[in-house]
Amino acid sequence: MLKRYQELPIGGVVVGGATPQLVKTGSWRSGQKPVYDQQRCIHCLLCWVHCPEATILIERGQMRGFDYEHCKGCGLCAEHCPTGAIQMLKETGGS
Amino acid sequence: MALKMLEREERTLLTGAEAAAHAMRQLRPAVVPVYPITPQTPIIETFAQFVADGLVDTEIINVESEHSAMSAAVGASCAGARVLTATSSQGLALMLEICYIASAMRCPIGMAVGSRALSGPINIHCDHSDSMMARDAGWIQIFCENAQEAYDLSVVGQRLAEDGRVLLPVMTIQDGFTITHSAEPVALLPDDAVAEFVGEYQALYPLLDTDHPTTQGPFALPDYYFEIKRQQVDAMANVGGVWSELQEEFAKLSGRYYRGVFEAYKLDDADYVYVILGATAGTAKVAIDRLRRQRKRVGLLKLWLFRPFPAREIAQALQGRKAVAILDRALSLGSWGPLYSEISAALNAISARPVLYNYIYGLGGRDIRPEQLMSIVNDLECEANADVQRFIGLRE
Ligand code: SF4
Ligand code: SF4
Repeated sequence: MLKRYQELPIGGVVVGGATPQLVKTGSWRSGQKPVYDQQRCIHCLLCWVHCPEATILIERGQMRGFDYEHCKGCGLCAEHCPTGAIQMLKETGGS
Repeated sequence: MALKMLEREERTLLTGAEAAAHAMRQLRPAVVPVYPITPQTPIIETFAQFVADGLVDTEIINVESEHSAMSAAVGASCAGARVLTATSSQGLALMLEICYIASAMRCPIGMAVGSRALSGPINIHCDHSDSMMARDAGWIQIFCENAQEAYDLSVVGQRLAEDGRVLLPVMTIQDGFTITHSAEPVALLPDDAVAEFVGEYQALYPLLDTDHPTTQGPFALPDYYFEIKRQQVDAMANVGGVWSELQEEFAKLSGRYYRGVFEAYKLDDADYVYVILGATAGTAKVAIDRLRRQRKRVGLLKLWLFRPFPAREIAQALQGRKAVAILDRALSLGSWGPLYSEISAALNAISARPVLYNYIYGLGGRDIRPEQLMSIVNDLECEANADVQRFIGLRE
């Protein structure tokens, strides 16, 4: 249930970390989604650094793919990937 | 202790701007973001000198516009820093967008304002157009009559802003040039006394506290926006009580007691009352002294707090008077002066409502003299038409 004004932290502050996980930002993706070519990935993790959501999946320091429920299709990862491993693909019919 | 302090009280010849800069120095802000050129006032010039001389350990951020100054102030305040800045006129206008955000994000930023006209026409002199433009931004607004008040109320105002029951930004407003550039004797408190009075700022949710992560300034859709605004209403409602508490404590420290939310000058038995903000209150006191010698029962109500507007206290003070002259140093074009509208609304709560007159004066730095203020009482005494706005010192 939505909270009354007295129950909310003041100033619209959202307390606690990783709260974007609670919102499926992938539901309004821009119309393109990232895919990557495992062969070309050097696991530098620059995509992880630049992604505005916690969307780049990492396992033991290695890039393992994307969480499409949260990827909003901004394309920053593809822009910053030094090897061109990430391509942005056109999506049809929303997410 | 207070008495001892008074005995060895020394006064220093300071302009209002310098007095405000001394208050800033003693408040020891961690960050002061400023746009360093005009319409900036000597407040920042003086403060920057203090920093350069090593008298205060502050990071001054020189920014490319007043919009950026206020943006940096919000960021630093969210990070957990005590943040002060200063501005005037067009600078305040350019800051305004972010001023609303500073209040909504509950950043207790302290800002010294040298109140001046807004363009156009282009003008750099005193009136209250800039401060009045910002009256709905969610900032506490304190108007000062002279350099001493500018100093004292900057100190009290910062603690008021940072009080847990308030947490709102504060503007300490002094009349541009009339006060910012005029030198008068000012009693400063010892540095350590101010430091002790204001204490350290402890932000509620400091952004740099990475052990307790928060998201600040998020999007608030129709399901939350209204509630966040309502919180600001509560914070404003708490200001009056905290102000009175702090003023009592400040009086013990300084010997200067700002009792209530306005100064009542010869008000007790007054049939006719002038209501004024800022420096012109000083001129009005001279006018009222002269009128009293002519046995006219005139008094002055000088507001320190304009936001929150102390409606209840003002209604009580004006109840049963014959007539009240409300002097506005700003226009709200197409309506009455801002102060007049506030007081008119405040008086709805009482039955014995005095006749209200609205006078616009001093726009763009137009001089205002005691004789002009004295002649107002003639309108009030002869029950002149109160249904028109009047202009003092205008060629018409
Ligand atoms: S497209 Fe944007 S949101 Fe999606 S993975 Fe790349 S950087 Fe992250
Ligand atoms: S930026 Fe490119 S190369 Fe680096 S980890 Fe991401 S996908 Fe791999």
